[in-house]
Amino acid sequence: MTTTYEPNQVLSNETFKVVGTRPIRHDGADKVTGRAKYGADYTAAGLLHGKTLRSPHAHARIKSIDTSKAEALAGVKAVVTSKDFPPTKDTADFGLGGQPMDRFRGNLLAGDKVLYRGHAIAAVAATSPHIAEEAIGLIEVDYEVLPAVFTAPDGMADDAPILLEDLTTQEFGKDTGRKSNIADHFQHKMGDLDKGFAAADVVIERSFDTKTVHQGYIEPHNVTALWNDDDRIHVYSSTQGSFVVRASVSEALAVPVSKVRATPMEIGGGFGGKINVYGEPVAALLSKKAGNKPVKIVMSRAEVFEGTGPTSGSHTTIKMGATKEGKIVAASANLQLEAGAYPGSPVGAAAMCVFSAYNVDNVVIDGYDVVVNKPKTAAYRAPGAPNAAFAAEQVVDELAQKLNIDPIELRLMNAAKEGVRRADGPIHPRIGCVEVLDAMKAHDHYSSPITPAKKGGKTGRGVAIGFWFNIGFASSCNITVNNDGTINLIEGSTDIGGSRASIAMHAAEVLGITAEEVIPQVVDTDSIGYTAITGGSRTTFATGWAAYEAAQDVKRQVVARAAKIWGVDPDSVEMVEGVIRSKTDTELNMTFKELAGQINATGEPIVGRAAVDPAGAGASFAGQIVDVEVDPETGKTDVLRFTMVQDAGKAIHPSYVEGQMQGAAVQGIGWALNEEYYYSKDGKMDNASFLDYRMPTTLDLPMIDTVIVEVANPGHPYGVRGVGEAPIVSPQAAIANAIQNATGRRMTSLPINSVAIMEASWAAKTS
Amino acid sequence: MSGKKVHVTTTLNGEAVEFLCEPRQSLLEVLRDVVQLTGAKEGCNDGNCGACTVNMDGRIVDSCLVLGVEAEGASIGTVEGIASPEGLHPIQQAFLEHAALQCGICTPGFLVASKALLEKEPNPSEDRIRMWLAGNLCRCTGYDKIVRAVIDAAGRMAGATA
Repeated sequence: MTTTYEPNQVLSNETFKVVGTRPIRHDGADKVTGRAKYGADYTAAGLLHGKTLRSPHAHARIKSIDTSKAEALAGVKAVVTSKDFPPTKDTADFGLGGQPMDRFRGNLLAGDKVLYRGHAIAAVAATSPHIAEEAIGLIEVDYEVLPAVFTAPDGMADDAPILLEDLTTQEFGKDTGRKSNIADHFQHKMGDLDKGFAAADVVIERSFDTKTVHQGYIEPHNVTALWNDDDRIHVYSSTQGSFVVRASVSEALAVPVSKVRATPMEIGGGFGGKINVYGEPVAALLSKKAGNKPVKIVMSRAEVFEGTGPTSGSHTTIKMGATKEGKIVAASANLQLEAGAYPGSPVGAAAMCVFSAYNVDNVVIDGYDVVVNKPKTAAYRAPGAPNAAFAAEQVVDELAQKLNIDPIELRLMNAAKEGVRRADGPIHPRIGCVEVLDAMKAHDHYSSPITPAKKGGKTGRGVAIGFWFNIGFASSCNITVNNDGTINLIEGSTDIGGSRASIAMHAAEVLGITAEEVIPQVVDTDSIGYTAITGGSRTTFATGWAAYEAAQDVKRQVVARAAKIWGVDPDSVEMVEGVIRSKTDTELNMTFKELAGQINATGEPIVGRAAVDPAGAGASFAGQIVDVEVDPETGKTDVLRFTMVQDAGKAIHPSYVEGQMQGAAVQGIGWALNEEYYYSKDGKMDNASFLDYRMPTTLDLPMIDTVIVEVANPGHPYGVRGVGEAPIVSPQAAIANAIQNATGRRMTSLPINSVAIMEASWAAKTS
Repeated sequence: MSGKKVHVTTTLNGEAVEFLCEPRQSLLEVLRDVVQLTGAKEGCNDGNCGACTVNMDGRIVDSCLVLGVEAEGASIGTVEGIASPEGLHPIQQAFLEHAALQCGICTPGFLVASKALLEKEPNPSEDRIRMWLAGNLCRCTGYDKIVRAVIDAAGRMAGATA
């Protein structure tokens, strides 16, 4: 319970020596001096520069491509098109599930059709980026422009233009043989929906729409590839998964995986968008064709917007019913998510999350994965869940209003807890949904009056809660002990937000040393065991666990070495908080550092290793309290106060947990109020720059207050739950609820920008 | 068109520097590709993200919007010039202690911009800091810890000169 207000609180109930402290990150000095090497900073002797030709049309057949003029330009060393890909297997799995290779290659370089504006068609390598750009302009493509479709409901229409001629709809796990843009329709069902609604005193049904939005990382995608004279390919890029890069280059170019080495450079943000691979195989092809010269491709900002995966726009219908006492008795969802040009929207995750913060007996969830003429979507933090929560959390808010029950109270009355079944099957283990809601209710923000208006507008408060399941997956870690008592720790998880520190802290805690006595490094795919993506909020959980296990391996060897030095039975020796001691003879003890100094003289080096694939990732919940001011004259909404509460299980490095919560809050604010791909009628993104795709700046925001709740995850040695995704699930809904509270109007489409507010206001006046 | 390369004499982080650049190359390209100082980053190449912010004759500029030839006779300060032989600058130290960076790609621009503010105005308000830094985009942090770090750095610098 909070009695005094602090902007950042950590509600811990278990403390450790290193875990839970706030050391300076190990890569800190490099990152504040400009020394850290990001992908675009890599250079090599004889470097060539690549540029990509992209489709000006949303949907067109490619009748011919003539690259001869580009090839003839002085300084051009290679030009590639889809014809340069070798034959490959039909399907391949890069660590994220199997996918048809013709579609994967088709997104790298289009074959006979372009499916979205910005679709890559050809690439050039030249001695300078300017020459490469000139050469791109000399490639002649003859298009037959085709009708295009841009939203899920339009894509599902019977008369919709078909994107992929070989796509037939999968329905309830079976191939219908029906050609359409609906790649998949599935359903989760629990209880008896009709019976549930029959028992309800209040039923709310509404439809909601969200637009395509981009992750908006500041660093554009980049790659340098060298196809060496020994036919080994070395790829340097900013990626969320070096092993995904390795696998995708190997599969796309039909070379053995052992021939590819992927070096993950420092990465300038990803949020899910740098899991998918774009330029890596193309740069490798160019390298080979240019005579084994290194080729670097760095995307422009417009290419990032138009040629890489944003997240899905969506159309969602939610119906929920509750008794007059406030028990939610029935809920249904119809989720239609845009996949972009190829199947694979996050509708599955949306369906897993839509009602998972609640205990509802009667549920039906329908999900549709729909291809449309937009870039193939990629993950964006808790992909799919914000689309679902924007809808469901507004309906819950409306139920609370109709029932005249406090919105946090209604959520608490229906909150999911251990033993409750989710509609998609799993039964919740120990989770912190109730604890997050309790912390919201207890927070100074919730008991304070709504923040006064700064500009004379209407003010309102909204709340919402979001669920994300988190993932585990494989990670590897090696530790070597230095004779000064420090350790070198190597791992394979790209560090996007301080994970070197949180991973190193796992090992430090085990060995009783400080965080600073660990020297962590992220290394390439030749140098560490397989490690899955930095994504799914898994890195601190799973790679941290690998570090914990590798440190345990070191600890076992340290105990054995001390026993050898002392000439005693290893079973009689233990290591506690960094001190190795005999359980029976108090005279026999030494610190880890003292033992480290004797390693070289007393036997073999001490090297710890671990490879893990942990289950029990432990879901996370995050809730928001938001105060807004809406200017009735302009429709502009300002966020006046924002509090983010999240269950982190155990915050290894609380500053970086808060950072995840604050960053997600602000991405959520941008998504709620301003961000969208603004399309012309023919499918051109009219705002493909940071000027017009306007993300929040310092000036648009208040401080973002945080409360870290710690409900230990029983599936992790320190209780960690992943934290990167849950906090972006419901800020959009909390803001919409606050706007409703301020204006009396329920805004059902994102973004809720000035135009939307004013149109709603005018519509209310005329009706 | 590329045109003939131009000889440019400038001052870079306090040192006299000469370089050859194409007339069409931006100062950002020159810093990164010619002088090999890759601390300034390209996020948008059209002056909207601030990742390439450098100090030019006491003013902060987006180096992607300045031509390399315009550096003739100017004094340019980049992130590489912020630390001194005595160690990190208070603004760098404050960014680290406040965890004011996650991925770090925007950090060089924020550091150059923040340092310029604190040199002009030693004790800025939160609103002033937010106004000054509005030309620098950060997508990771939500800016909260950045603003707190700048406030803290102002205090450290005042303490150092008191």
